[in-house]
Amino acid sequence: MNERRPQLPPPLRIPSKGRGHLWFVFLLPLATTQLNAHLVQTGFGTFYDGIAHLLITPSDLMVTVGLALLAGMQGKPSTRRVMIVLPAFWLAGGFLGMAVAPPPVADWIATLTVLSIGVLIAFDPRIPVWLTSALAILSGLLFGWVNGATMTPLGTDRLALVGAVSTVFVIVTLLSAMVVDLRPPWARIIVRVGGSWIAAISLLMLGWLAKGLMG
Amino acid sequence: MEQRNLLKIVIAGALGLAFSGTALGHEEVGAAAGLLSGLHHPVSGWDHVLAMIAVGLWGAQLGPPALWVLPVAFPMVMALGGMLGLLGIPIPGVEIGIALSALVLGSMVLTECRPPLWIAGTLVGFFAVFHGHAHGTELPEGSSGLLYSVGFVAATGLLHGVGIAIGLIHRWNGGRQLIRIAGAFVAGSGIYFLWQTVS
Repeated sequence: MNERRPQLPPPLRIPSKGRGHLWFVFLLPLATTQLNAHLVQTGFGTFYDGIAHLLITPSDLMVTVGLALLAGMQGKPSTRRVMIVLPAFWLAGGFLGMAVAPPPVADWIATLTVLSIGVLIAFDPRIPVWLTSALAILSGLLFGWVNGATMTPLGTDRLALVGAVSTVFVIVTLLSAMVVDLRPPWARIIVRVGGSWIAAISLLMLGWLAKGLMG
Repeated sequence: MEQRNLLKIVIAGALGLAFSGTALGHEEVGAAAGLLSGLHHPVSGWDHVLAMIAVGLWGAQLGPPALWVLPVAFPMVMALGGMLGLLGIPIPGVEIGIALSALVLGSMVLTECRPPLWIAGTLVGFFAVFHGHAHGTELPEGSSGLLYSVGFVAATGLLHGVGIAIGLIHRWNGGRQLIRIAGAFVAGSGIYFLWQTVS
C-alpha cells in the first residue's frame, strides 16, 4: 500500500499584502482607446514587423508559395531566376507604393496573376524561363506596391519593407529548392494539387472582387 | 478583511470592463471567422462530405492518372461554381445536383465503373459546380473572403484526401469489397438526400 502520489505544485498565491492593490489591474481597461494598427508589433523593431506582416498576410503568402512551387516545378533555371527577380521587384514595388497608392485595378491584375500561377502549377506544362520570370516580375511589383502603400500611412520605415522582402526571398529559395529536387511522381502530384487549390482560391477571389463591384 | 478586498476587486473589474474601449488588433477583422466558416462549410452537411469522399474513393479505384486528375480538377471547377454563387447567378436545382452527386458517384464506386478519363473528369466537374455554388451562396456576412476561400478549398481537398487514403485498401480483395460497400452507402445516402430535396 505504498502508493506514490504525484507531487502537485503548490497553488499560485498572491501575497495578502499586495491583494488590496489588484483593483488597479482591473481599472486599466478604462484607459484603453481604439487601436487600428495594420502591422503586427513584434516588439523587435520594424524589420521584424515586416517579417511578421508577410507571414500573416494570406494573399502575400499565397503568391510567394505559388511562385516558389511553379519555379521549382519548372526546373533549376526558372528557380534561379525567380529567387532573384521576385524579391527585387517586390522591393521596387514597395518603394513605388510608398510614393503612389496602387489603383483599384491592381487587385484584379494581382488576382489574375495568382490564378495563372495556380493553373500553371496544376497543369504542369513546360513553359519558357521568361514566362516564369514575367510572372515573378508582375507579382513582385503588384504585391510590393500594395505592401508599400499599406505600410507607409502607418508610420513604418523602409526597414519593414526590407523585412517583408527578405521573408519573400527566404520562402522562395527554400521552397523552390525543395520542389526542384522532387523525384517521386506522387510528390509532384501533391504540388500540382496545391496549385489547383491556389487556382481555386484565386477564382473565388475574382468572384469576391466582382461582387464588390456589383455592390 | 479578505472578503472586502475581493469585493473591491470584483466591482473594480466589472466597472473596468463596462467602460473599456474596443481594441481592433489589426485590419484582418473577421479573418478567423472567415477561415473557420470556410473550413466548416464542406463538413457541415453529409451530402457534401459523402460526395467528396466518394470522389477520392473513385479516384483510388481508377488508379493513376485519375487518382490525381479528379482531386486536381474538382477544386477548380468547384471554384467556378462558387464564383457564380458569389455573383448571385442562380443555377437551377443546386440541391438536387448535390444529392445526385452522392447517388451517381456512390454508384460509380459501387459498380467499380471505369469510364474513359475524360468522362470521369467531366462527371466529377459537373457535380463540382453544384457544390461550389452552394458554398458561394451560403457565405456568412462579414467573413474574410480570402480566408473563407482558403478554408473551404482546403477542407474539400482534405476530404478528397480522406477518400483516397481509405481507397488505399483497394489493393486487397477484402478492401475492394469494403470500398464497394462504402460506395453503396454513399449511393443510398444520395437517394435519401434526393428524396428529402424533392419532397
